[in-house]
Amino acid sequence: MSDFNKYFKMDADDDRADGFEKVTGKAKFTAEHQIPNLAYGVFVCSTIAKGTIKNLDDSLALKASGVFDVISFKNCPTIPGYNSLTADGKRNNQEWRGLKVLSDNKVRFFGQPIALIVADSFENATDAIKLVKAEYEKEDFETDFHKTRLDASKLKANGNYKRGNVAAYKTAPIFIEPEYNIPIEVHNPMEMHASIAVWDGDNKLTVYDKTQAPKRTQSAIAGAFGIPEKNVRVIVEFVGGAFGSGLRSWLNLPAACIAAKKLNRPVKVVLTRPQMFSLVGYRPQSWQKIGMGADASGKLLGISHSAISNTSRYEDFREGIVDVSRFLYACENVDTDYKVLPLDVSTPTWMRGPGEVTGCYALECALDELAYKLKMDPVELRIKNHADVNPENNLPWSTKYLKECYETGKEKIGWKNRPKIPGTLKENGMLVGYGMGSGVFGAGRNNASVRVILKADGNIILQSAVSDMGPGTTTSMTKVAAENLQMPLNKIKFQLGDTDFPPGPGQGGSSTTSSLGSAVFLVCETLKQNLKELAVQKIDSFKNLQTVDIDVKNENIFSTKDSTIKISIADLMKASEKQSIEIVKDSQGNNPQVIKYSSFSFSTHFVKVHVHPKTGAIELKHVVTTGDAGKIISENTARSQMLGGAVGGIGMALKEELKFNHQTGEIENASFGTYHVPLHTDIPPIDVWFVNKPDFIVNPIGAKGLGEIALIGFAAAVANAVFNATGKRVRDLPITPEKLGFKNA
Amino acid sequence: MQTFKVDEGRRGFLKKSSAITALYLMPSLFVKAISFDKLIPLPIAKEKLQLEINGKTYNLEVDARTSLLDLLREQIGLTGTKKGCDMGQCGACIIHVNGKRLNSCMSLAIDNNNSKIVTIEGLAKGDQLHPMQEAFIKHDGMQCGYCTSGQIMSAVACVREGQATSREKIKDYMEGNICRCGSYQNIVDAIMEVKKSGKPV
Repeated sequence: MSDFNKYFKMDADDDRADGFEKVTGKAKFTAEHQIPNLAYGVFVCSTIAKGTIKNLDDSLALKASGVFDVISFKNCPTIPGYNSLTADGKRNNQEWRGLKVLSDNKVRFFGQPIALIVADSFENATDAIKLVKAEYEKEDFETDFHKTRLDASKLKANGNYKRGNVAAYKTAPIFIEPEYNIPIEVHNPMEMHASIAVWDGDNKLTVYDKTQAPKRTQSAIAGAFGIPEKNVRVIVEFVGGAFGSGLRSWLNLPAACIAAKKLNRPVKVVLTRPQMFSLVGYRPQSWQKIGMGADASGKLLGISHSAISNTSRYEDFREGIVDVSRFLYACENVDTDYKVLPLDVSTPTWMRGPGEVTGCYALECALDELAYKLKMDPVELRIKNHADVNPENNLPWSTKYLKECYETGKEKIGWKNRPKIPGTLKENGMLVGYGMGSGVFGAGRNNASVRVILKADGNIILQSAVSDMGPGTTTSMTKVAAENLQMPLNKIKFQLGDTDFPPGPGQGGSSTTSSLGSAVFLVCETLKQNLKELAVQKIDSFKNLQTVDIDVKNENIFSTKDSTIKISIADLMKASEKQSIEIVKDSQGNNPQVIKYSSFSFSTHFVKVHVHPKTGAIELKHVVTTGDAGKIISENTARSQMLGGAVGGIGMALKEELKFNHQTGEIENASFGTYHVPLHTDIPPIDVWFVNKPDFIVNPIGAKGLGEIALIGFAAAVANAVFNATGKRVRDLPITPEKLGFKNA
Repeated sequence: MQTFKVDEGRRGFLKKSSAITALYLMPSLFVKAISFDKLIPLPIAKEKLQLEINGKTYNLEVDARTSLLDLLREQIGLTGTKKGCDMGQCGACIIHVNGKRLNSCMSLAIDNNNSKIVTIEGLAKGDQLHPMQEAFIKHDGMQCGYCTSGQIMSAVACVREGQATSREKIKDYMEGNICRCGSYQNIVDAIMEVKKSGKPV
């Protein structure tokens, strides 16, 4: 088992650009900035799920050693952006989204912050939590998703879709209508969410914040405190994972800003690990039903996909759970229906592959179930119904190499060994099963701006106000620039994580490489053009050349017609007496070319499992994960992202489930000891393979997104493999020996 | 009526600690019968502590409740050691204390008087990276980088302890280090390479 297939040669050129900082502990994460005179804020959280705080006694906490203040609804300063109406009664467009921390005496979910203790040390602040005493007026609450969803009056409709006949699957010769359940899954990045607020006077501040979207955080603070965006500087040098949890701000951010302003000193608020379960969003719990029918040849005649997912009582969170059924397979009759169910819990949020992960789990399991009913190979069924154009809008795909992903996955996992009849293959006494699932996610592209600075010595600095939660944005952007400028990587530095840089997109929706890479490409093209023009203006030997006959490569500017006409970038800078050249370029996400096509990334996941015939213990033996993500910019970091998707999928399929105590509304398993994430021992050999064919319709660098498709469809592959091994179909995640019917496991 | 209670769990470690720690526990002995409203917490005494960290001697005054992890991060400014859970469940805070790996969030700073500590910052020799750090870069044994310090400190110990004899054994001995980005396979690759290279760790 010592030598896995490595599809990519590892060489130093492909090393992670910030690997040195990460392996030496030099990488600074949000809570690690050393700020003089720093105070520590910790939350006191509600011990009821719903109601009103009748009395909050903070007198004792205020007397405790080192405690500066206890901020609650009783004394929280007025925050302009917390009001839904402005002073003259008009709608306040700067209103803070979501729960307004410390602003009123209402409790909306168990564990909601009801006060912030600010003290001179973390220990003093934490010890004072137990000195704050709250009396509540309790109200009835609902946290039980499955019980509550049965009452249709409690559901909020979110629109539906149809093409062809509704519920056409029911008239097909062969049809199924299974239901699938996915519990709440929590991002739980290793770095906890944290903010440090440092005010400079009344209307200017610097905030260190764990965020995937520095510009969004900046505008959230500016809106809440009624100050200009330019007065808010957000710094986020490194992000210790997020997977979507950093796409919006959580209560630590406004709390730190409020406290720092009230106390007139810097305040740091770091969530605890248990609070990472209750005060940060999560993938919502969902119920889905797929109706799917086909003729005897396997041609799909109808798909009906319904879903319900939970939201909170104070915000609606929706995601595109059912959308995937409209376009992944060719089918004339498709209808979808999606509703949300408000509960007395905190608000969910985007989590890696939001919507598609949930939807593809159901869709890809259903296809597997249908394949067995048809006595057809599940991959053959998918190829039979391959969508040659996007069936939802009849647009051609910009690129689609899903069939290559199927073929490669089959070959590398050893699909030919898959038992046609479930539960019939054994290996070393273990039941053996093979399964697969497909993934798809929009290859989106957003606006992005990048600044390039060419120094007199020929070194390049690129800057944009984005952050990098781990996929390797610094690495891939450096590579895009190096390829465009034909320069060595070590001459180029990409800087991010500071809103003083030109605005960049939030790191979400698998769009960073596409959006930001396009801007890097554009600004490098512009730089080259400037250098060519500069050479014509300043250098005698270039005087009579047209810029089209000049090229830039290997740190030189030269004539493509006459190899003797040549000058190095550094010499050109010297000759033109320039200390540096600075250019900022905006790249627009939408262009007329893109809208004529349907652009998506695709993936397949093939897994082999062992199931113990006596205990039902499930062990993954091998994973092959493939991606059609356009051109792969950095093979090393791209491969790592795919590995991460597979690991996340293993957690989703076999381990992860947030549980509530419905008597109290409290989360029962808010720790790594009780909410089980994948560990070293859960991970089988994982092979990663990329189609690696460019999509130049999406953008000039040819890359499509990758982060989401790494996970989308994975849990279905595991579920399908477990069925193949055992003949038992578990539709409720996570799949456990108990659910397989091994009572005494 | 509520009574003041020193909370259970990790704070319970105080019991086996020194005399000044005992002072911290005293209020709970006295106040059992006193009502919540009348309880005034006592100021917490600081204790002198000497540590050798990455070859440098530190003479410190430390709050008796401070974990070794918080001492490193908040007081000394060695933030390479990470806080991932503060409950001993994730391994992000693993350091070497007197040659053994330890979840530094689970140890009170004052329990480590006169200890020799090595953190991620002390692993490289000047500009020369430790072989495990080099291998983590080569095999991309990281994504976000937050668990990396703990993974590397644990990995070095795993090899030193003689446990890196196979992939399966490495996984067993690295199970306490969670990587939520899912770089496990690359991490094991890195450890295997260091082990096979025979380089001193």
